[in-house]
Amino acid sequence: MSARVSKLARREALTGWLFILPLLAGVTIFTYAAVAYSAEISLTRWDLLTPAKFVGLENYANIFQDTDFRDCFLNTLFFVVTMVPLGIVCSMGLAIALNRRLKGLSFYRSAFYLPSITSTVAVGMVWLWIFNPDQGVLNAFLRLVGMANPPRWLESVIWAKPALVILRLWQASGYYMLMYLAGLQGIPAELYEAAELDGASAWGKIRHITVPLLSNTTFFVSTLLTIEAFNIFEAIYVMTKGSPGGSTNTLLYYIYTRAFQSSPPRMGYAAAMAWVLFVILFVVTLLQFGVRRKQEEVGL
Amino acid sequence: MSAVRTGTPRGLRALRSVRAAQRGLGYLALTLLALAMIYPYIWSITASFKTDRQIYNGNPLDLVPRPLIFANYVRAWTVVPFGRFLANSFFLSTLVPLIALSVSTLAGYSFARLRFRGRDAIFMALLGVMMLPGHITLIPNYVLMRYLHWINTYLALIIPPAFGSGTVFNTFFMRQYFLSIPKELEDAATIDGCSTLGVFTRIILPNSKPALAALAIISFKGEWNAFLWPLVVINSMKMMPIQVGLSYFQGNIGSSWGVLLAGSTLAIAPLIVVFLFFQRYFVSSMLTSGLAGK
Repeated sequence: MSARVSKLARREALTGWLFILPLLAGVTIFTYAAVAYSAEISLTRWDLLTPAKFVGLENYANIFQDTDFRDCFLNTLFFVVTMVPLGIVCSMGLAIALNRRLKGLSFYRSAFYLPSITSTVAVGMVWLWIFNPDQGVLNAFLRLVGMANPPRWLESVIWAKPALVILRLWQASGYYMLMYLAGLQGIPAELYEAAELDGASAWGKIRHITVPLLSNTTFFVSTLLTIEAFNIFEAIYVMTKGSPGGSTNTLLYYIYTRAFQSSPPRMGYAAAMAWVLFVILFVVTLLQFGVRRKQEEVGL
Repeated sequence: MSAVRTGTPRGLRALRSVRAAQRGLGYLALTLLALAMIYPYIWSITASFKTDRQIYNGNPLDLVPRPLIFANYVRAWTVVPFGRFLANSFFLSTLVPLIALSVSTLAGYSFARLRFRGRDAIFMALLGVMMLPGHITLIPNYVLMRYLHWINTYLALIIPPAFGSGTVFNTFFMRQYFLSIPKELEDAATIDGCSTLGVFTRIILPNSKPALAALAIISFKGEWNAFLWPLVVINSMKMMPIQVGLSYFQGNIGSSWGVLLAGSTLAIAPLIVVFLFFQRYFVSSMLTSGLAGK
């Protein structure tokens, strides 16, 4: 009997391993080995044509003296500090607006969600047109409401970044709105009824019930938005190529150009920058988790 | 508030009409916002049927093409092989999710139900992959593709993406789903003499259709919109998926707005059609998992 049980257990273990084998093999090659290899490349000078030359930590030392890298970092930081809070406000606002008995709910939900499924490359063209300072829709509208000299958006060193933030908010808000809608379903209706009996205003209910009880979702959304903002790439590639005057050049776009668009390609330097970006993201995520834990301690 | 509620019928009627007005305003605001959100699509699609003269007339609400022309599409289709781009993307957006889902469904079942030593440690190690930003593997995997002579081949577009962090996410998602299927179902089948593979194909898979459909649709979207990886490993026009082909078209073919927007419309339209048909799965997967996609 026990021999039979152990035979069955062995078979189950064997099947278990067989079932995970394809995934494990793929992830080992394209992720684990790749990560290790990336670390190795980052310690070399390599133009892909001649053999890689080991240079130790030289690439990392150079990064900290590279003013282009510093500018890209600051540009990226701009996207993070604007997109994360604005993304939270927009998506939470949309979710609260839709979280009631509405006729045509699915139309509104689809309209808000649609921009998050279409690719930046495809919608980039329309947005280039929308931001066109002379013929574009946005400035036509701004002139209509009385602004004599509306911003020149993607042509302006100051306004190019905010323009891209507007585009990304249009794209991302509907996606995070769905997360907030899921979060809102978990808030018991009795809380609002009790607040109403106490004479709370609509704004008071949002401030004292909805926002605090959504803090789990908000934490999650802010983590995802942060990662997304740090990795902004397609909008840059399609719409600005880092211009005007490098004002929209971001870390990932800079890494891409160093590795794949400069001649000779600088694979080692690009790999080292990818690691620095990874470490920055890792530290920021740890900080976010730390803040969240503090919040939970005080009962948020 | 309570004074009104217990007051005269006239007060009640006044309150009701205020409420109705508020509701009406709410609907109006939401509708305007929704129209603003889809305005870029409407403008882009209608402009692709307009003459350039009409596009440049500077009136953002002029949305009816007069005359309605197809020349922009004809031109876009002839200067670059849009048909080929679309065919490539349909092929990849079907095959990659198919491989990825097979791999992750098998693994997810193993992690949920089969007992073997090291299972949970491996599972945790895989979860770490989801936290890893994709850019860190971009350069080494590109070098690997060069080494294997996979640059400009379908293999480069299929194999690495099918085993990427999205697949790990699918595994995690499927494992959670399998854990929610009552184990008694499987036990009954095992007692009736079903093998593990038999349980998997006859009991588990038929019971997982909603989860599989949600992941399939999201992976289709992800693959249709894939950009950075194909951009790096493909430079021959014949092999380009739609987003890379479109960006090549935008960047290298000096052309008019109407033609460029016809190209964008060709890249967006199939996805919008899929979305409208499978909306339910897009939304439900988001609401149940709170995470899927991207």
